[in-house]
Amino acid sequence: MAEAPNIPDEIETRAKWGDFAFTPDNEKLAKWQIAKYPAGRQKSAVMALLDLAQRQVGADTKTQGWLPVPVIEYVAAYLDMSYMRAYEVATFYTMYNLAPVGRYHVQVCGTTPCMLRGSDDVMAACKNKGMAKGKSTPDGLFTLTEVECMGNCSNAPMVQINDDNYEDLDYDIMTRILEDLAAGKEIPVGSQIGRKTSEAEGGPTNLHAMVEENHDYRGEW
Amino acid sequence: MPKVTVDGIEIEVPQGATVLQAAELAGKEIPRFCYHERLSIAGNCRMCLVEVKPGPPKPQASCALPAAEGQEIRTDSEMVKKAREGVMEFLLINHPLDCPICDQGGECDLQDQAMAYGKGGSRYEENKRAVTEKYMGPIVKTSMTRCIHCTRCVRFAEEVAGVEEIGAIGRGEGMEITSYLEGAVHSELSGNVVDLCPVGALTSKPYAFEARPWELTKTLGIDVMDAVGTNIRIDSRGREVLRALPRVNDDVNEEWATDKTRHAIDGLMKRRLDKPYVRKNGKLEEASWNEAFQAIADVKAGSSVAAIAGDLVDCETMYAAKKLLKSMKSEMLEGRQTGLSYDVSNLAAVNFNTTIAGIEDADVILLVSTNPRWEASLVNTRIRKAVRQGHAKAFGIGPEADQTYPVEWLGDDMGLLAKLPKAAADALKDAERPAIILGGGALSIEGAHGAALKLADKYKLVRDGWNGFNVLHIGASRTGGLMLGYAHDGGIKAIAETKPKLLFALGADEMDYGLFKDSFKVFIGHHGDAGAHAADVILPGAAYTEKDGTYVNLEGRVQRSNKAIFAPGDAREDWSILRALSDVLGKTLPFDSFEELRVKMAKDHPELGTEGLVTFDWAPPKDLPGAPKGQGVHPIKDFYLTNCIARASGTMQRCSAELLHADDEMMEAAE
Amino acid sequence: MAFDFLQDKDRIFTNVYGFQSWDLKASQQRGDWDNTADIIKRGNDKIIEEMKASGLRGRGGAGFPTGLKWSFMPKEAPKDSQGNPRPSFLVINADESEPGSCKDREILRNDPHKLIEGALIAGFAMRARAAYIYIRGEYIMEAKVMEAAVQEAYDAGLIGKNAAKSGYDFDVFVHRGAGAYICGEETAMIESLEGKKGQPRLKPPFPAGAGLYGCPTTVNNVESIAVVPTIMRRGAAWFASFGRENNHGTKLFQVSGHVEKPAVFEEAMSIPFRDMIEKHCGGITGGWDNLLAVIPGGSSVPLVPAAQIMDAPMDFDGLKDLGSGLGTAAVIVMDKSTDIVRAISRLAYFYKHESCGQCTPCREGTGWMWRVMEKMRDGDAEIGDIDTLYEVTKQVEGHTICALGDAAAWPIQGLIRHFRPEMERRIREHKGENMVPEVMEAAE
Repeated sequence: MAEAPNIPDEIETRAKWGDFAFTPDNEKLAKWQIAKYPAGRQKSAVMALLDLAQRQVGADTKTQGWLPVPVIEYVAAYLDMSYMRAYEVATFYTMYNLAPVGRYHVQVCGTTPCMLRGSDDVMAACKNKGMAKGKSTPDGLFTLTEVECMGNCSNAPMVQINDDNYEDLDYDIMTRILEDLAAGKEIPVGSQIGRKTSEAEGGPTNLHAMVEENHDYRGEW
Repeated sequence: MPKVTVDGIEIEVPQGATVLQAAELAGKEIPRFCYHERLSIAGNCRMCLVEVKPGPPKPQASCALPAAEGQEIRTDSEMVKKAREGVMEFLLINHPLDCPICDQGGECDLQDQAMAYGKGGSRYEENKRAVTEKYMGPIVKTSMTRCIHCTRCVRFAEEVAGVEEIGAIGRGEGMEITSYLEGAVHSELSGNVVDLCPVGALTSKPYAFEARPWELTKTLGIDVMDAVGTNIRIDSRGREVLRALPRVNDDVNEEWATDKTRHAIDGLMKRRLDKPYVRKNGKLEEASWNEAFQAIADVKAGSSVAAIAGDLVDCETMYAAKKLLKSMKSEMLEGRQTGLSYDVSNLAAVNFNTTIAGIEDADVILLVSTNPRWEASLVNTRIRKAVRQGHAKAFGIGPEADQTYPVEWLGDDMGLLAKLPKAAADALKDAERPAIILGGGALSIEGAHGAALKLADKYKLVRDGWNGFNVLHIGASRTGGLMLGYAHDGGIKAIAETKPKLLFALGADEMDYGLFKDSFKVFIGHHGDAGAHAADVILPGAAYTEKDGTYVNLEGRVQRSNKAIFAPGDAREDWSILRALSDVLGKTLPFDSFEELRVKMAKDHPELGTEGLVTFDWAPPKDLPGAPKGQGVHPIKDFYLTNCIARASGTMQRCSAELLHADDEMMEAAE
Repeated sequence: MAFDFLQDKDRIFTNVYGFQSWDLKASQQRGDWDNTADIIKRGNDKIIEEMKASGLRGRGGAGFPTGLKWSFMPKEAPKDSQGNPRPSFLVINADESEPGSCKDREILRNDPHKLIEGALIAGFAMRARAAYIYIRGEYIMEAKVMEAAVQEAYDAGLIGKNAAKSGYDFDVFVHRGAGAYICGEETAMIESLEGKKGQPRLKPPFPAGAGLYGCPTTVNNVESIAVVPTIMRRGAAWFASFGRENNHGTKLFQVSGHVEKPAVFEEAMSIPFRDMIEKHCGGITGGWDNLLAVIPGGSSVPLVPAAQIMDAPMDFDGLKDLGSGLGTAAVIVMDKSTDIVRAISRLAYFYKHESCGQCTPCREGTGWMWRVMEKMRDGDAEIGDIDTLYEVTKQVEGHTICALGDAAAWPIQGLIRHFRPEMERRIREHKGENMVPEVMEAAE
């Protein structure tokens, strides 16, 4: 649940991130994002550019990244918008990290559909690995956040770690995932109990023909 | 004109009116917090809910709903009553019960509306939310736990002040109003958010814990910090002015005031001249009124006498001095104390003809050597409005300065005025309501006035129902002074060349006294500033809050200000000083009371006799030189310290140091 | 009477489970982008008429007739202050964030070309020049697939200039959110697209008059748009042949919670709850006697107790009759092991967390309701607090700028309506009063 982020000291942050600028690759991506919107509406790209900037900070720090104030200001200036308006956006949406996070941002969904299927156990698995909500582990490896519904409800409970979802969890599976991540092992994403996506466990109840081939049903219309 | 019924009363409302406005027209009070006539509609407080048919079976926010033909509006139904009680309860659950120590107490919308529309009790048993204070600068004190998130301050900053430095961060119940990174808000209009805040979240820092509103005597006055003539209410207690607040005047200041108008008033208590002084052996020494008058009589100036008026004086003072000089057979009057000597043969050619409200209708505006944001902040908000609404384009000649709206700066060479770049020329040519604004700085440049008048001619700035030629004065006394003849051929320099034996300086603190080395200098004024330091005799006068007075603003609007308190110590109202002195000089002035003076002044200058806008006939001089050279200038170097009252004000000094010179301080600290 | 389950041949989203590739080639083999130009040549009005005839009601929750919504868009472009025509926009709501909902995700990642083709047809019909697909920020992989699919469509000339050789120019852009449920509200989504906080706008003006960048805009759910090409190909009558009157079509249902096999599947509208669970979800955990209650349409609709839902038809009107709603057809099943007060309290927390903070009743009310709900979990309250809580929900409902206030109020109202005895039991138990006769209390 909502933990106030421990925002680092502004002077230190400015010293460290004051000369932030997009890398050439990210510059290209930024331009591509801006080009999606009509001329003069470049502000529309602020969400995409903040995300891009956060990812660049992540790459620089080998973490999942966050948004130091000078970086937000860089994005605002890039789009010719006031700092205040960019800052409002950065504080409104939950995916912008206002404080540093670890290498793995463990986001456990705790909303009712996941709760009904055992998100308490998933959370317990995290806590038993020394993690605490809203905090990073001392080794900087994990940051634990309880998030709201991630839209994987038929594969509940679930966790999003960095850009990947891990679904159909229980205590043991979650424990294994965290151990594998710490050990640097590759883990398959998605369902952890062998489902392809959101079909019923053990095999789909419909569209069986699609399992083996790219079936065209039009002949049966 | 849609017809609607409000609680059964049928009325016709103007096209485009909202349901809230319709209800008000029908005489029904609609409670509100976020809605404000001069800001965009937010609709977020939900206090103005009313029942409207046809429509969904739930109450509607009346501030945002257009009134439509045949609407049945109810403001008195059970649904509306419950809705108001509900919203009020929500607003109060997290609002602290600290009214006894809150400066808003007694003039708080939340307090008033809770009494009128609330239930009188709360069912909320949880802990109240606490929010940390936010620093907003030297003017605005915050107590953010009291905030009800109406966003009036955010909208004011963005829409009127043009400074996007206040915002709402976070979301949900964690949403907080704050300045950017809790830093000072860099606006000369910041104090207005205190008035706009419907609760005690934003209060006045200099006024903190000073008084309760019901203890204050309220006097209607006119501000003298610039030439706008902001209508103010002077709140005083005993012999002290505690606040200056704007009054509503849609023609002049709408309902805004600059931070200087509001908060220079602590300067009224400092560096005051409260006794007459006479210079003896090079040193100013306290004296009696008689000694001081005698010293002046001893000069035996004959007709070698001149009067220079400062920026803050009222018409009556200038009129009395003019009469005195006339009785001494001198006509050496000057109000342009910094040495300007522009042509005044036609006052329309040195007036803000478009009017303050009228400039909102301009479609092309050319700023010439002016920084209106500092020279007349509330004219600038009007220009901003025109630009922001999308119908006006602004160009500028002269040094660039941030006006809070886009200005296409053409260059700093005043020669551009005589040969405009194509973009500006085309824009003026195609404009329906073109306007030019000549700053005080422009009038100091040889040829600029003439070139501007030529430009006015060429682009037909004066046309049917429209006069787009404007001069932006800075001094509150200027236009009144020009009407009274305080403009000598050749300006102050020409007067100095006559080496007058006697010089009356009426609150003149911005002039070069070095020009009058050999004159016997009599300073009549209220602050120990430049004028007093140079004086041979000081006669302590009254500041603008301490006397009745007539002022004419930069558009030619005659306005009257009332006396709120008595001047300190032995200081007297300026007219009475001149009247008493005239006796000693044997030139007794023909009035024994202020009222008599006013009657005489109205007889000599009928246009000063009634309040309202004076129209000067447009008959500009044709033969002025029109080839300006050199760079433009901005006469104001520090917005917060433009006159003796502001310079004496601790609040203004803090504003200056923090908002304009913060970088200098950091440099000093580093050294 | 046995229910006619939907046959595979009548399923629109044949790759819903992603067993096959999402890419253009595979999609075309399944029938997407098959002579789209022919559909467009029918003309704007014909397409809208066909949509109206199909009976499709918006799949994003509110169930507003889709064809009718399109018809609100101006036929003549309105002029801006300079006299230039304003473009119109289609915004596709892929901000799927309603707890329980997880259907659009399957379209985005497994059948993206249905959405892109639908965007072109819908965009053409409403005279829009571009579509923005607003995907919730947390759907990272889904957005990547969508971006790639859009690129494929551009490369193949299916969108862009002379889209699909139809003679119509149409762009499709993907815009990612960044974590805010409220952006699923159409005007909040428009604000967010403009680069601001996602705070809903006041209505009027409605988006069809002044939406994105002040231009006419229609916001449609992903599923509503993705079914369009199939409806055009198979005809309105085919689509309308499913479901009861006023509730036509096929629908993606998403079942979560206490069933043996949670799943997403496409079924005919009006399928009885029991048949749906038996066929697609392997039954209720612990059997039908173990069913406690169901939230049938995503978190914001009131729950329905077991007895009432078991044989109810899963459609707009059937669930409305039960005091609830179909919403997004996100069915959250709760068996008797559920701490029902906690389940609803967790939703109350969700709404508190997701309130944008703009208007008073929601900003203040969601926090209040959640805090009281937390007390209710272990009965640390008074009986009268239940009434207070109910009144607070009524003070929020219908008083806010957008529907989030209603959505926060309804689950609690549903709980009080159906489980008040359970709430009272907890309060008595907490007081140690469960043995005390009620008369005593009345006497106090």
